[in-house]
Amino acid sequence: MEIKRVAVTGIGSICGLGNSTDEIWKNALESKSGISTIDNQDTENWPVKFAGIVRDFEISDELLDPKEKSRFDIFIHYAMHATSEAIKQSKLLEANYNPYRIGSILGTGLGGFPIIENTHTTYMEKGARRVSPFFVPSFIPNMSTGKISMHYGFKGINHAVSSACASSAHAIAAAANEIMLGRVDAVITGGSEAVVSPLTMAGFNSMKALSKNNDEPTKASRPFDKDRNGFVMGEGAGILILEDLEKAKARGATILAEVVGIGATADAYHITAPHPEGGGTIPCMEQAIESAGIKYTDIDYINAHGTSTPVGDIAETKAIKSVFKEHAKDLNVSSTKSMTGHLLGAAAGIESVFCIKAITEGIIPPTINLDNQDEDCDLNYTANKPVKKDIKYVLNNSFGFGGTNSTTIFKKYED
Amino acid sequence: METQDKVIKIVSEATKVDAANIKAETNFVDDLNLDSLDMVEMMMKMEEEFGIEIPEDKTEDLKTINDVTKYLKENV
Repeated sequence: MEIKRVAVTGIGSICGLGNSTDEIWKNALESKSGISTIDNQDTENWPVKFAGIVRDFEISDELLDPKEKSRFDIFIHYAMHATSEAIKQSKLLEANYNPYRIGSILGTGLGGFPIIENTHTTYMEKGARRVSPFFVPSFIPNMSTGKISMHYGFKGINHAVSSACASSAHAIAAAANEIMLGRVDAVITGGSEAVVSPLTMAGFNSMKALSKNNDEPTKASRPFDKDRNGFVMGEGAGILILEDLEKAKARGATILAEVVGIGATADAYHITAPHPEGGGTIPCMEQAIESAGIKYTDIDYINAHGTSTPVGDIAETKAIKSVFKEHAKDLNVSSTKSMTGHLLGAAAGIESVFCIKAITEGIIPPTINLDNQDEDCDLNYTANKPVKKDIKYVLNNSFGFGGTNSTTIFKKYED
Repeated sequence: METQDKVIKIVSEATKVDAANIKAETNFVDDLNLDSLDMVEMMMKMEEEFGIEIPEDKTEDLKTINDVTKYLKENV
């Protein structure tokens, strides 16, 4: 069977850095932080009071009817907003594809967790009779893909993927596989997350996973820096339109990049801690490189998982050095989580958008707040300023609790 | 506020349909296009606002603004 090539024909995004890809990219190239004090909720009893929150956003009435807005949790709003941007860019609606051959596969780590918290409070205070009939449809992880299918009439494969902080990477992999196998012509993929809520913040805080730098939120996410002390919660969405490359070409679509390599492994080691020597992540990157049919020396840029945790950044650095050997010093690495915070199940979505922009613009977005590099983190992390570089292959790493790993490789499109 | 006006206000808020376009004879399904989940949510709001419990077998008979108003007047 012929394996189809996978084109990326549209991207869309929203996060603390901005509400569109143009705005996010502009702010990233200015090395801005998208992290701020949470001022839209009462955080008095929260141990951590800042995050990469989305600002000045209300989904358009056209995407969600006014009566529906309060019925769907915010991860669904973000998914629909970013999908709309990506679809416009791809001009997918002008393509003459069979609707049963257009799918939606999105990642989310936690789905509509905030609405679960709020509804639980209603239940405790007022009882079962006050639990809204829209409660279940508002939080289930696959309602983002469900609403996208209903809005656009896409009737192909439709499901959510949940693998904690690797969710969107696994979603992109699943979507790319559908195209490669020729089962669909196009898939909406990537993912969304919106769980800046009392219980999730308390839970991650109890794990000692979060930075507590309440006084200087913009300095809190500092991957690979000596003074890093945990990740910063982010929220938002990153969406890609994947298409059968030949069909995209035939309809005259602009091809932004190709998805050429996928790796997926498990650490089989610990529920939350990464394997310190890259036990699962080394083979994950190697698989992706092998599946792309390239050599490790072909990779120009790695958008790292790089969450700004003391253990994780060192483990990933070791894994990169093991896979890339002498080339590890030549390639650029960066963690855009320094600017966006950690979008959990949407991380690979937003980071894939950065990877594709890096390819199309020939610019590598920086790792900000990298003032004093940890001596155990000894790679070129593209510190504090973007770098111009012609990029052919980009590798994105995403690792999640449960010891799950996923790597995606994007390639510059050349006819 | 009259019971009917209160009912119309609740329905208007739940459906985002302008209160001016909701009359006594307005039918929830035929005129406002409400589905079964919408109906449950709206009855819940009526219960909350009027401090009563509407038994499930009764809600099936409440098809218009007038039906609801009449039921509330008789039972609150």
